[in-house]
Amino acid sequence: MSELVLEIQDLHARVDAKPILRGVDLVIRAGEVHAVMGPNGSGKSTLANVLAGREGYEVTRGSVRFRGKDLLALTPEERARAGVFLAFQYPVEIPGVGNSYFMKASLNAVRTSRGQPPLDAIDFLALVKEKAKQLEMDQAFLNRSVNEGFSGGEKKRNEILQMSLLEPTLAVLDETDSGLDIDALRVVANGVNRLRSPERSVLAITHYQRLLEYLVPDHTHVLIGGRIAKSGDRSLALELEKRGYAWVEAEAG
Amino acid sequence: MSAPSDITALTEREYQAGFTTAVESDTVPPGLDERVIALISEKKGEPEWLLEWRLKAFRRWLEMREEDARWAKVTFPKIDYQAISYYSAPKAAKKLASMDEVDPEIRKTFEKLGIPLSEQKLLAGVAVDAVFDSVSVATTFKAKLGELGIVFCSFSEAVKSHPELVQRYLGSVVPYSDNFFATLNSAVFTDGSFVYVPKGVRCPMELSTYFRINEAKTGQFERTLIVADEGAYVSYLEGCTAPMRDENQLHAAVVELVALDDATIKYSTVQNWYPGDKEGRGGIYNFVTKRGACRGARSKISWTQVETGSAITWKYPSCILQGNDSVGEFYSVAVTNHFQQADTGTKMIHIGRNTKSTIVSKGIAAGRGQQTYRGLVEIHQKATGARNHSQCDSLLLGDRCGAHTFPYLEARNASAQIEHEATTSKISDDQLFYCRQRGLSSEDAVNLIVNGFCKEVFRELPMEFAVEAQKLLGVTLEGAVG
Repeated sequence: MSELVLEIQDLHARVDAKPILRGVDLVIRAGEVHAVMGPNGSGKSTLANVLAGREGYEVTRGSVRFRGKDLLALTPEERARAGVFLAFQYPVEIPGVGNSYFMKASLNAVRTSRGQPPLDAIDFLALVKEKAKQLEMDQAFLNRSVNEGFSGGEKKRNEILQMSLLEPTLAVLDETDSGLDIDALRVVANGVNRLRSPERSVLAITHYQRLLEYLVPDHTHVLIGGRIAKSGDRSLALELEKRGYAWVEAEAG
Repeated sequence: MSAPSDITALTEREYQAGFTTAVESDTVPPGLDERVIALISEKKGEPEWLLEWRLKAFRRWLEMREEDARWAKVTFPKIDYQAISYYSAPKAAKKLASMDEVDPEIRKTFEKLGIPLSEQKLLAGVAVDAVFDSVSVATTFKAKLGELGIVFCSFSEAVKSHPELVQRYLGSVVPYSDNFFATLNSAVFTDGSFVYVPKGVRCPMELSTYFRINEAKTGQFERTLIVADEGAYVSYLEGCTAPMRDENQLHAAVVELVALDDATIKYSTVQNWYPGDKEGRGGIYNFVTKRGACRGARSKISWTQVETGSAITWKYPSCILQGNDSVGEFYSVAVTNHFQQADTGTKMIHIGRNTKSTIVSKGIAAGRGQQTYRGLVEIHQKATGARNHSQCDSLLLGDRCGAHTFPYLEARNASAQIEHEATTSKISDDQLFYCRQRGLSSEDAVNLIVNGFCKEVFRELPMEFAVEAQKLLGVTLEGAVG
């Protein structure tokens, strides 16, 4: 068996005193792609935010281990440097800060924490241009302010661009497919696929099955009421698409 | 600012000289009357007309009330003007034996700003024992300017060497009766800088007070006069990113700029006077009158300022656009953290035809800092075709600080085009989290966002200054978030 990347045990979390996650158990091994699906309000985005360490998401019980270490004890930046990447559902705009400049600062913060030398401007530019090309992104994006004035699809592509630069051990995609047309979806999914390797894992949170046509998961989970109600393989996603979530809820009791 | 090593060497040489000559303490007892002013003038060996000018200012000042200068949105206790000593001969500061004797807080700041050790010693007043053969640097520098006919010296020196220029332009932009603090300065100013760039000459280097750091220690009442003759160009840098401490709490400087036909003056300031401690104790009161006259046709004056220090900043670098087609610019970043207060902005007075002005003001408030932009755009009746664009943005960090904007617009010519944009924003938790999720620390994230906010102003600064200004902002805002 390959290395354990993420072990979530009995995870309970609340937001504004309201319990959202009520005992999530999930194990992800190196190289695996897991899809988490579920109806609105089931706790999908909460799970993503708890993993990334966002303020306001309070863990009340359970544990999360990342490559054997207590993930919850780390600050958000420590998690990022350790190799946890969150592709945001709503990427944030940062006026005046050049996209390329931001990504270089980010990459070098991560590299430095790993004892690697920071990339200089020339090497970085060569790297980011190559990655942008793979994602069919115009180079003009590199010079614009971070996410400012980007369309929804452009923002999502920009997330995947950052991911491809940082090469995380675990990529958490929080509804990255929402708001994408079919072409953009294909480009984004290919970007994630390109990153797939025996060392990397993906946790893809999604509403719809269609992302999974391009990004084929090894495992599919259904999150309902803050718990994983059912797990299966790729075929579970197809079944959910056809039959909705009600039957899983009924089955789970 | 951190300068190339040859400049460091030059300034260190001057310090060594100061060290060895160790002048006796020569301070006039506190208090101000006509005798004190006569004494200042005499000590400086000034001509009669300058003493008369000082006395006129003093008599006017006696009729003025400080209360009338308190319209700005800043509060400070009553100042006892009779408790201040108005003349202190330049004396060598007490030398420390090594950097170990320097306040650890200051040392930390030096390191964060990346100031080279030799320069740190210089700024902190540590005796430097290394010997530099820097006479050649000083000579080359002076010789180069001299060849071009550029005068760059202390104000006192200029009074002696170029009395006709000083007499012609002193008080011609900021009259001795201008305002309480400028009038006080006119009566008692001790020294400052003087620059004259002759017709058609483009000054080949940035002129910086840094070249004269020894002379720059002119105390509380500094006076600067810069004249660019027809077709001349000069870029002048004032200040230093390193923290400046001074035992004098009140600083009331005056800066006058004169640009004749087709001349351009670019004046950049980085101000980092001691802001007081985190509880708001101490700190410099910086009441400065800066004004430039675009006297000639097609002349241009551009002010760029980065104000991070002082407990109180009261400062409105302004342009009087007299010449037709003249241009005035004001680019400002002001930061207030802890208990700092800043009331700053500009005045653009359009008198000539087709005059143009641009105002870009970026105010950042953190802690309990208070930040005010106050700006006047005045279009005179004959100023046909005048245009102004103003942009005033405020950024708040935390919820105990404040930002205020007071734009005044007065247009007496119907052809005027005036645009004003203002925004107030906060660094959001979402922005911070986004940056941290990408591996940046909270502090680096704040720096990144703040520097992005200030970009339009920083790009007006000379390259080297801009890099340092960015670092300085980071140090100033340390601990402002999280």
